Amino acid sequence: MRYLPHSEADRQAMLAAIGVGSIDDLFLDIPANLRVHGLDLPKAAGELSVERTLGRMAARNVPAGSVPFFVGAGAYRHHVPASVDHLIQRSEFLTSYTPYQPEITQGTLQYLFEFQTQVAHLTGMEVANASMYDGSTATAEAVLMAHRVTRRQKAVLSGGLHPHYRAVVATTSAMASDTVDALDADPLGTEDILSRIDAETSCVVVQSPSVYGHLIDLAPIAEKAHQVGALLVAVFTEAVSLGLVEPPGAQGADIVVGEGQSIGNPLTFGGPYVGLFAARMKHVRQMPGRLCGETVDAEGRRGFVLTLSTREQHIRRDKATSNICTNSGLCALAFTIHMTLLGETGLARLARINHANAVELAEMLVEVPGVSLLNESFFNEFTIRLPRDAAGVVEALAAKGILGGVPVSRLEPGRPDLADLLIVASTEVNTVDDRIAFAAALQKVL
Amino acid sequence: MTMNREGRPTAAGEASVSAIDTFTGNRALQQEEALIFEIGRHGTTGVDLDEPEAFTPRLGKLQRRLPLDLPGLSEPEAVRHYVRLSQKNYAIDSGLYPLGSCTMKHNPRLNEKAARLPGFADIHPLQPLSTVPGAVELMAELGRWLIEMTGMTSVALSPKAGAHGELCGMMAIKAAIEARGEPRDIVLVPESAHGTNPATAALLGFKVVTVPARADGTVDPEAVKALLSPQVAAIMLTNPNTCGLFERDVVAIAAAVHAAGAYFYCDGANFNAIVGKAKVGELGVDAMHINLHKTFSTPHGGGGPGAGPVVFSSRLAAFAPLPFVRIEAEGPVLVEDKAELQAGETPFGRMVAFHGQMGMFVRALAYMLSHGGNGLRQASEDAVLNANYVRAGLRDVMTQPSGDRTCMHEVLFDDGFLDGTGVTTLDFAKAMIDEGYHPMTMYFPLVVHGAMLIEPTESESKASLDLFVATLRDLVMKAKAGDVARFREAPRFAPRRRLDETRAARQPKLTYERPAPFEQAAE
Repeated sequence: MRYLPHSEADRQAMLAAIGVGSIDDLFLDIPANLRVHGLDLPKAAGELSVERTLGRMAARNVPAGSVPFFVGAGAYRHHVPASVDHLIQRSEFLTSYTPYQPEITQGTLQYLFEFQTQVAHLTGMEVANASMYDGSTATAEAVLMAHRVTRRQKAVLSGGLHPHYRAVVATTSAMASDTVDALDADPLGTEDILSRIDAETSCVVVQSPSVYGHLIDLAPIAEKAHQVGALLVAVFTEAVSLGLVEPPGAQGADIVVGEGQSIGNPLTFGGPYVGLFAARMKHVRQMPGRLCGETVDAEGRRGFVLTLSTREQHIRRDKATSNICTNSGLCALAFTIHMTLLGETGLARLARINHANAVELAEMLVEVPGVSLLNESFFNEFTIRLPRDAAGVVEALAAKGILGGVPVSRLEPGRPDLADLLIVASTEVNTVDDRIAFAAALQKVL
Repeated sequence: MTMNREGRPTAAGEASVSAIDTFTGNRALQQEEALIFEIGRHGTTGVDLDEPEAFTPRLGKLQRRLPLDLPGLSEPEAVRHYVRLSQKNYAIDSGLYPLGSCTMKHNPRLNEKAARLPGFADIHPLQPLSTVPGAVELMAELGRWLIEMTGMTSVALSPKAGAHGELCGMMAIKAAIEARGEPRDIVLVPESAHGTNPATAALLGFKVVTVPARADGTVDPEAVKALLSPQVAAIMLTNPNTCGLFERDVVAIAAAVHAAGAYFYCDGANFNAIVGKAKVGELGVDAMHINLHKTFSTPHGGGGPGAGPVVFSSRLAAFAPLPFVRIEAEGPVLVEDKAELQAGETPFGRMVAFHGQMGMFVRALAYMLSHGGNGLRQASEDAVLNANYVRAGLRDVMTQPSGDRTCMHEVLFDDGFLDGTGVTTLDFAKAMIDEGYHPMTMYFPLVVHGAMLIEPTESESKASLDLFVATLRDLVMKAKAGDVARFREAPRFAPRRRLDETRAARQPKLTYERPAPFEQAAE
């Protein structure tokens, strides 16, 4: 086994030094009748063999880059500069652990500090943590945090919130004995959420752009929430949108959470992703997750450490703000490198390209007979109504070599009335030929 | 610009004890690196993107007005910035990383290569399932390996980290108890547990009752029995435990817990010690998370990502959350929604937006295939062998809280051997940094005074361990010889000396704030 350094002679010499006769003498605490003698698993395979096995599995999938691709709804395909993946694979980043010894982990700590600053600026908030598992778990944690801040237990969820996020919030909240008032799916972006906010509300959770692509004006919702002492939790699944859209912080959000995958990270079938979490400074001690802070060393030089961990499971145990132990450090690194390469000039331009491509695609698709667009406003994703079942259309498009979006029935299977809706995303990786091919294929399969 | 001159002293009289007399603040290969906000410029970008042709925006009135205030770097500047940062990090690829309970072992690059195959890295979680049969096959295969290694019934792959896996396992237990209609609201947690265990139980509304440890750190079944009642929902036990010992009475504990109608949650953080040696299903475990990064070497870059699949016994299998992979005659099927459930499937809900840490699944399976069942067993044996070899090499100069007995994959020392030297566990750890080692886990488990938990893992050769042992022996001799300054001033050769963590917590500076313009500062 190439990963194990010992020779048999080493092992015997080490056993002798320990003072035992055989390796089994080190496992005597395991009751004899429960000791396993062999697993029903394949034997060790060489590198070539493992490459073949996994390569064969990978080859059964259709990669996004091999076809015209318009799938979004919470994960987005963007071009990632080659230097991003190169840099995150440097050993010193890839094979390091939580920075428990800050003197020899300044690299990780400094990039986390930079990441926190970038996320705060991007969202228009005062403070951000060092990342969470993903956007959905960050949203669930935001609801728990609102409970701690307001000491209230009812969250109001917008019908434009990604249904999977809604499910994650519902699961976590139910277990924590909170109640969730989830509005029905809101494909038109016209729901009345203001009337659901009352004196028992801990927070209102609103996604913008919504899962259907609508840009939501958060200001009136923030105003109503604040009137009754509730918090506004703003959610986004497409971080690139913040390059072009007014940030939630400027619209009155108290907590901003979102998915950072689309900056620097590949699709990877859903994970690992990087949850973003930002808030007002006055609530910092109720924030979940890790925080990196600036300080000085014994020589007075600037340095960074993990801080405020008294909020965390490390110290408070059963009084911790969450049970979270890790963050998505490496994915946050990819995010921060890509963001640094973009800068505000690049991010704004990338966002404009995304928006321009999506606008052009929407204009092409509504030319297809029977297709209508539901959105007044959108960023790089929108919803169209088809003259027939969208899931069948997506399969028919896939058969023609085009991945044409997410049928709403995939996200809302209990709503046959929404079965003719298709969520379509367009980013900078689509070419004009891709868009033409999509529109032409859609016309054929309808 | 140099950043080293911007800091201020920790307290009066402590500044600049060792003068840095280079103009730049650099020390040859040890280079200072400013923040991107100090070196970046607002008009700069390191990507080439063309401005789109004129079009009519559809943003309504929500076009961004607030400036982004994000500086950019050109590509070479960015590469140099992150390379320099990387050089301030200790990594398993550069040296021994003996963090007990964290398990830092070799991360094979084959796993990275496999995870980057476009068929894995470039697939969307919501593209038609007909276009991703290989991904579902991989998830099914990973699940098959985990179930075989643990002797359990089903597996939930979606939890995103070990602590998230704990939450998943405890949610299943809560759901099972609610399905039985019983008012059980207490969870027993041994005092040696990982801090996440009581935090997880508390998050779910359980009352946490601590189980005292025996002198050797293990759990006494009689102590558990004394706490069991119809109110107890579960026990959360780590096995092998955080003192590096296998819980010898685990079967008796499980039997007592089950007899009381409660469930047995096992913290699987230390599973890498017993792969191929014991199956937790046969020990009576009902749910256990598996940290893929610990046992199966997926890289944990600076604290994540992790992946925390949970295996369940037949008592809890039905409650596994969505989505999950169901094995059918025609092949594995990914079940995403309640509408697709069959009789007997009662998932407690959904924990993550998509299907879990697919990138980690690929890496873990690559590692498993490389080792095979036989190699995984050998890895566990070598991990245990290495920990005991370190124990044997240090037992005459360092002190062990539970006496000199065999340990599992990690060996626990306390600070008894430092009594009267004026050197603390922290000082000792920082002196290891000057010797080129990442320190072991310190002050954990909490049940041991001045704990030092060393986990060499199976990756280390005999020569590597011999040097490590010799280094620690030398440090012990120096501590006992009264060379206290060496320890208190350590680390002396790291990119930073000891950092003021109190100040960081009292006056939190969590984002970069541009210094006031010079004229204002002068006023």
